[in-house]
Amino acid sequence: MANILERGATAPDFKLPVTPDQKLSLGELKGQPVILAFYPADWSPVCGDQMALYNEILPEFHKHGARLLGISVDGVWCHAAFAKDRHLGFPLLADFQPKGAVARSYGAYREDEGICERALFVIDGKGTISWSYCSPIAVNPGADGILEALEALAPQAETSHR
Amino acid sequence: MATLKVPLTPEDHVQGDPNAELTLLEYGDYECPHCGRAHPIVKRVQQHFGPRLRFVFRNFPLTQIHSHAQIAAEAAEFAATHGRFWEMHDLIYENQDRLGLPLLVALAGQLGLDPQALRDSLSAGEFEPRVRRDFMGGVRSGVNGTPTFFVNDERHDGPWELEDLVAALEARRALAD
Repeated sequence: MANILERGATAPDFKLPVTPDQKLSLGELKGQPVILAFYPADWSPVCGDQMALYNEILPEFHKHGARLLGISVDGVWCHAAFAKDRHLGFPLLADFQPKGAVARSYGAYREDEGICERALFVIDGKGTISWSYCSPIAVNPGADGILEALEALAPQAETSHR
Repeated sequence: MATLKVPLTPEDHVQGDPNAELTLLEYGDYECPHCGRAHPIVKRVQQHFGPRLRFVFRNFPLTQIHSHAQIAAEAAEFAATHGRFWEMHDLIYENQDRLGLPLLVALAGQLGLDPQALRDSLSAGEFEPRVRRDFMGGVRSGVNGTPTFFVNDERHDGPWELEDLVAALEARRALAD
């Protein structure tokens, strides 16, 4: 498994397409916690799907003032179709060109297969990684770790946001 | 290894001997086809262990991809307040291909429950907080999709065919001996 960036590291900034004509950068989200969920590919089987699960938990993430971003190497049109099909209420970023560059900067790229790891990062409002976790590629890591990490950030989130 | 973070409470739906040595707990979604396939498998696991096993079901509806999962869960909770949870639970899974409000109302009637009371309960979202409580408890315990099984307090990862669940439960029993 890859050596992903760990707690205490500065989260590498990035600017990635979020729709065919819009880009989103990490820097724009300063001041609020950000959850980065790298995942291997759109269109994995429905019921065990990690993004579908996070979509369901979105209100809990929002209670912490946190923004969730999904990232894979799929292109924007693929993401758009996937998000529409699954009614996803959060952005999917396309780490498509140069392929996997952002995943690589977080240590979350699988060179052999050319896909992202199933890796999670919780980044605090100042841009520091406060928690990270890399799951075995076939195992949906769930959301318990994310929620615990957000709770650990809570006092800061309350003063800097909401 | 993910463990169950929310212990059993009197609010839980438990089938079998409450003091059984083994517990199989499922977080499930009434519209999930995999849960539908797991339903008869669970029955066979229960037959296999008889009184040594209790089975617990908690709601984990993925409402954004399954548009009827939430009302189905609430309908089962409605039936539970009339002591008919397991009948409703079984009937929903047995008729999963027709899942929707008309089916739930018809099933309520079939169980001798007041169909209008069910409609009112669903419109009012009477059991919505309870279903959400189940769901969030599941999230805390590392439920990552449906069905997710726990054997006693440990999440069962991997396949859940009859032989897999039986083996996992037997292994727990061996540990306890």
